[in-house]
Amino acid sequence: MGEVLVYVDHVDGAVRKPTLELLTLARRIGEPVAVFLGPGAEGAAAALAEYGAVKVLAADAPEFAEYLVVPKVDALEQAAKAVEPVAVLVPSSAEGKEIAARLAVRLGSGIITDAVDLEAGAEGPVATQSVFAAAFTTKSRVSHGTPVITVKPNSAAPEAAPAAGTVEQLSVSFSEAATGTKVVSRSPRESTGRPELTEAAIVVSGGRGVNGAENFSIIENLADSLGAAVGASRAAVDAGWYPHTNQVGQTGKSVSPQLYVAAGISGAIQHRAGMQTSKTIVAVNKDPEAPIFDLVDYGVVGDLFEVVPALTEEIKARKG
Amino acid sequence: MSLRIVVCVKYVPDATGDRHFAEDLTTDREAVDGLLSELDEYAVEQALQIADAADDAEVTVLTVGPEDAKDALRKALSMGADKAVHVEDDALHGTDVMGTSLVLAKAVEETGYDLVVCGMASTDGTMGVLPAILAERLGVPQVTLLSEVAVADGKVTGRRDGDAASEQLEASLPAVVSVTDQSGEARYPSFKGIMAAKKKKVESLDLSDLGIDEEQVGLAGAWTKVEEAAPRPPRTAGTIVTDEGEGAKQLAEYLAAQKFI
Ligand SMILES: Cc1cc2nc3c(=O)[nH]c(=O)nc-3n(C[C@H](O)[C@H](O)[C@H](O)COP(=O)(O)OP(=O)(O)OC[C@H]3O[C@@H](n4cnc5c(N)ncnc54)[C@H](O)[C@@H]3O)c2cc1C
Ligand SMILES: Cc1cc2nc3c(=O)[nH]c(=O)nc-3n(C[C@H](O)[C@H](O)[C@H](O)COP(=O)(O)OP(=O)(O)OC[C@H]3O[C@@H](n4cnc5c(N)ncnc54)[C@H](O)[C@@H]3O)c2cc1C
Repeated sequence: MGEVLVYVDHVDGAVRKPTLELLTLARRIGEPVAVFLGPGAEGAAAALAEYGAVKVLAADAPEFAEYLVVPKVDALEQAAKAVEPVAVLVPSSAEGKEIAARLAVRLGSGIITDAVDLEAGAEGPVATQSVFAAAFTTKSRVSHGTPVITVKPNSAAPEAAPAAGTVEQLSVSFSEAATGTKVVSRSPRESTGRPELTEAAIVVSGGRGVNGAENFSIIENLADSLGAAVGASRAAVDAGWYPHTNQVGQTGKSVSPQLYVAAGISGAIQHRAGMQTSKTIVAVNKDPEAPIFDLVDYGVVGDLFEVVPALTEEIKARKG
Repeated sequence: MSLRIVVCVKYVPDATGDRHFAEDLTTDREAVDGLLSELDEYAVEQALQIADAADDAEVTVLTVGPEDAKDALRKALSMGADKAVHVEDDALHGTDVMGTSLVLAKAVEETGYDLVVCGMASTDGTMGVLPAILAERLGVPQVTLLSEVAVADGKVTGRRDGDAASEQLEASLPAVVSVTDQSGEARYPSFKGIMAAKKKKVESLDLSDLGIDEEQVGLAGAWTKVEEAAPRPPRTAGTIVTDEGEGAKQLAEYLAAQKFI
C-alpha cells in the first residue's frame, strides 16, 4: 500500500481533532505519514502514532509563523517529493484549503475541497462532497496527478490504530515566494473554555430571535449544560451580539455535529449551508412557518425566552 | 502612475433557487437565474474604495463564464467599475478550478495589474481557493480573506481573522487579495451608475486570445472528475410540538431518548 501524506493541524503542538479524523480516513487508502510544521513535533508524535501515523515528518522554522501560507506549501511540496504519496489530505480550514490548493498547482494535480467522506476506488480515492447548501451529494475523484483532498471536520469518528509514528526531520528550503506576505502581528483568540465550533459534538446557536447581546447568555447556558459549542446566525453577528468567529453558515463556519440546536433562527439557505449535514437537528422558534422546521428532527414552536431557560434547567436536573 | 486593479467576479446560479446538476454533471444553468456572486460584490466594493483612495486608479472587472455572465459584469460596472473583460469560449464548459485559474491568470496578465481583488468564495462552487491559486500562478503575494484592506505606498495591508488568531498582513504590490463579507457592505448601483454602465467597454476574449489550448480546460481537460451527483434524500419529517408550558420538558425527553443528556 502506498503512503498518504496527512497535514497536521495543531495549536502550539496540541493536535486538533480533525487531524485524527484525517489519519483515520487516510488508512482506508494507504499508510498515513503525518507532516508536522512548527514547534512541538516530539510531543505531538504520540497522538499521531496512536491514530496510525507510521512516520511523522517534522520541520520547524520561524518562517511558518512569520509569513502567510507559502512556507507551509514549500514544506508540504518537499515532503510530497520525498514520499511520493498516493494522496495528500489536508484539514478543510480556511488556511488548510489555501495550502492544499497551492500545493496542487505545484504538483500538477487536481484538488477536491470540503470532502465529507473518503473511500478507496479503482482509480484512486473517491471523495464525497455535500454541495449546493447540502441539497446534493457528489462523489468525485482527482483524475490528474497526486490527489490533493481537503476534508471537513467531523467527517469520520477518529479510531485509534497504533503505528510507529517515528519522527523524522524534514529539511525545508524556502522558495522566493515564501516571504511574500508578512504576518506583522497576531492576536490569538481568547479561549472561551467551550469546545471548538467545527469540532464540537453538540452546537447550540442563536439568531435574530435572541434579540440582543445581553440575551446570548441564555444560549450559552444551554450550551454549557450540554457541553456544547455556541454558534450564531449572520443576523445575530451583524447586529454585533456575538463574534463573527461563531457564525454558522456559508460565510461562517460549516458544522456537522451530532446535535444542532437552533434557537430564534429562521433557517435561510445560507445558514443551512453551514449546518444541514448535522446528524440531529432541533429548533425552537415562535413562528410555526419558519423554514428551519423543514429540517428538524424535533421542533418546538414557542418563545425561546421561555423554552430555552426551562430546557437548561431540565437538563441540569436530569444530569444531577 | 495609475493603480491598475482587476476584480475577479463570478456569475453563479441564484443560491435561493432550486440549484441542480445537468446531465453531464456540470452546474445546470438553465433552471435557475444567474447573478453576480453576492460575495464578489464585496470585492467590487473594496476595489472601488481602494481606487477612490488612490490618486489615479482604474478598476477592471473580469469574469470567466458563459454569455450571460455579462450580467455580472454589467452589475459591477453599474456599481462603478471602469471597464470589463469577459473570457468566453464554448470550450470552457465544465472547467474545474485548475483550468479556471489558468484562464484567469492569463487574462489578468493580459489586462495588466498592480492589484487583483477576489471574493472570499463563490456561492456555487464555494471552494474558497481560487485567489490562493491565482497568486501561485502569477508569482505574486497572496493576501487573502481580509476583513479590512488598504493600499498605500506600493503596499497592501489588511486584517485576516482566522480560526485561531487575527493577523495583520502586509505585502508589496503587485499582489492578489481576497475580501470577506466582513469587509463592509457593498454599495447599490445608482440610477446614474446603471445608465453609465451601458456605455462602458466590455472586452471579449476567447482562449486563442489568451494563448490557451482547448485541451487544458473544459470537462475533458479537468483534473477532477465528478462520478455521481444525487439529491440528498429529504430528511424524514420531524416531530413538532407547540409549547404550552411543556415544550422544554418534551424537548428534554427527546434529547434524553437520543442519549444527548
Ligand atoms: C452571500 C450571503 C451569505 C450569507 N451567509 C450567512 C451565514 O454564513 N450564516 C447565516 O446565518 N446567514 C447568512 N446569510 C444571511 C441569511 O440569508 C439570513 O439573513 C440569516 O441567516 C438570518 O438570520 P436569523 O435566522 O437569525 O434571522 P431571521 O431570518 O430574522 O430569523 C429570526 C427567527 O427568529 C424567530 N424568533 C424571533 N423571536 C423569537 C422568540 N422570542 N422565540 C423564538 N423564536 C423567535 C423568528 O420567528 C424568525 O424565524 C448570508 C446571506 C448572504 C446574501
Ligand atoms: C458544487 C460544485 C463543486 C465543485 N467542486 C470542485 C472541486 O472539488 N474541485 C475543482 O477543481 N472544481 C470544483 N468545482 C468547479 C469550480 O467551482 C469552478 O472551476 C470555479 O470556477 C472555481 O471554483 P469556485 O467557484 O469554488 O471558486 P472560489 O475559490 O470559491 O472563488 C473565490 C473567488 O475567485 C473568483 N472567481 C472564481 N471563479 C471565477 C470565475 N469563473 N471568473 C472570475 N472570477 C472567479 C471570485 O473572485 C471568487 O469570489 C465545483 C463546482 C461546483 C458548482
